[in-house]
Amino acid sequence: MYTQSFSVADASEEGKSAGLKAVPRPMSEAELALVDQFEARIAADGRIEPRDWMPDAYRKTLVRQISQHAHSEIVGMLPEGNWISRAPSLKRKAILIAKVQDEGGHGLYLYSAAETLGTSRDEMLAALHSGKAKYSSIFNYPTLNWADVGVVGWLVDGAAIMNQIPLCRCSYGPYARAMIRVCKEESFHQRQGYEALLVMMQGTAEQREMVQDAVNRWWWKCLAMFGPPDENSPNSAQGMRWGIKRISNDELRQKFVDATVPQAQVLGVTLPDPDLKWNEARGHYDYGQIDWDEFWETVNGNGPCNKERLGARVKAWNDGAWVREAALAHAAKQAQRQVKEAA
Amino acid sequence: MNAPTSTPAALKEWPLWEVFVRSKQGLEHKHCGSLHASDAQHALQMARDVYTRRQEGVSIWVVPSVAIAASEPNDKAEFFEPASDKIYRHPTFYAIPDVVGHM
Repeated sequence: MYTQSFSVADASEEGKSAGLKAVPRPMSEAELALVDQFEARIAADGRIEPRDWMPDAYRKTLVRQISQHAHSEIVGMLPEGNWISRAPSLKRKAILIAKVQDEGGHGLYLYSAAETLGTSRDEMLAALHSGKAKYSSIFNYPTLNWADVGVVGWLVDGAAIMNQIPLCRCSYGPYARAMIRVCKEESFHQRQGYEALLVMMQGTAEQREMVQDAVNRWWWKCLAMFGPPDENSPNSAQGMRWGIKRISNDELRQKFVDATVPQAQVLGVTLPDPDLKWNEARGHYDYGQIDWDEFWETVNGNGPCNKERLGARVKAWNDGAWVREAALAHAAKQAQRQVKEAA
Repeated sequence: MNAPTSTPAALKEWPLWEVFVRSKQGLEHKHCGSLHASDAQHALQMARDVYTRRQEGVSIWVVPSVAIAASEPNDKAEFFEPASDKIYRHPTFYAIPDVVGHM
């Protein structure tokens, strides 16, 4: 579903960045030539492929960002998965199952892309399960009723699409290719959510209130999904130089606001921001202050559902251990049988 | 609620497979990504679920990633260089009078 558009330091890295910095050893001439080659390719808007030489920092940044993105897809299945058994009709249930399955698929594309950088699936999952790795904060909020499922599709996936489209041009080939696949599927996610809300808005007054209430609860959290303002986003500049990030947090956020306001009007809901108004001079909508304290509280583990989400992932992993082992045992036995038959 | 602290030590991972999908009859299989699976049959089923949820394919190949031999990016220059000065292999190398028309 979505990556946080900034790469937050994972837990183990936080201490390091504040403390001592390793002194880089001087580079050999051969290494300097490789750096030049890499920089030249980036400058020419070329692509880097898995077996190409790349600076350690580039590799590390990508591993962190792609694995956080993958974790977000996987944890992102939970808030909506909650509603599969309670969907209001068979049609909505089938749609929701398909959407949640897509999110799982997106996680798998992304884990594979990260693995091309030399990390392993098990390492990434261990980092998620230990609480060391971050994932998008938006999934640490609860989906309280059916209107939330529609709003998650419309706004959360809408914000995700804004973020993900520029990633299709990321300088790292496997990540860009995974994102192209993801973006193709994401449009269905947003449209099904919006359409579910349109149907509710044609229902009773109570249903309309449910939609408005869900929009009120999710709007500001979706704006925060784009990450801190550009002036407080020190890693962004390096990401931009490397062609990993193409459009700044604030610019993406503005695009999202501009695209969403007319959609809200058609739907017949108000966005909960008294400062939201068209600015003729800028040619954009102005919007109010985002509560960054709440955002960081949630990123740092104190959101309403952080423990529940991680607990559900760890339980699923542990409960599935016997399946993973049995599949390997079965494969080994089959392979042995084939050897015997051949003999 | 489980405390997210204890995870059993990582077992051996399922091996990695590369997935190639033929999108329709008449086209070649094209690499579309990779996945982990315990054996070939399992890899085919996983590939169907991961890469063809929207009728993207009519045929799938899976190949153990370890079975793929690849050219070295560092040798790219010498490996592919020999072709770069043989521009006479391209049709545009030859000037043909306009009166001849399309050839």
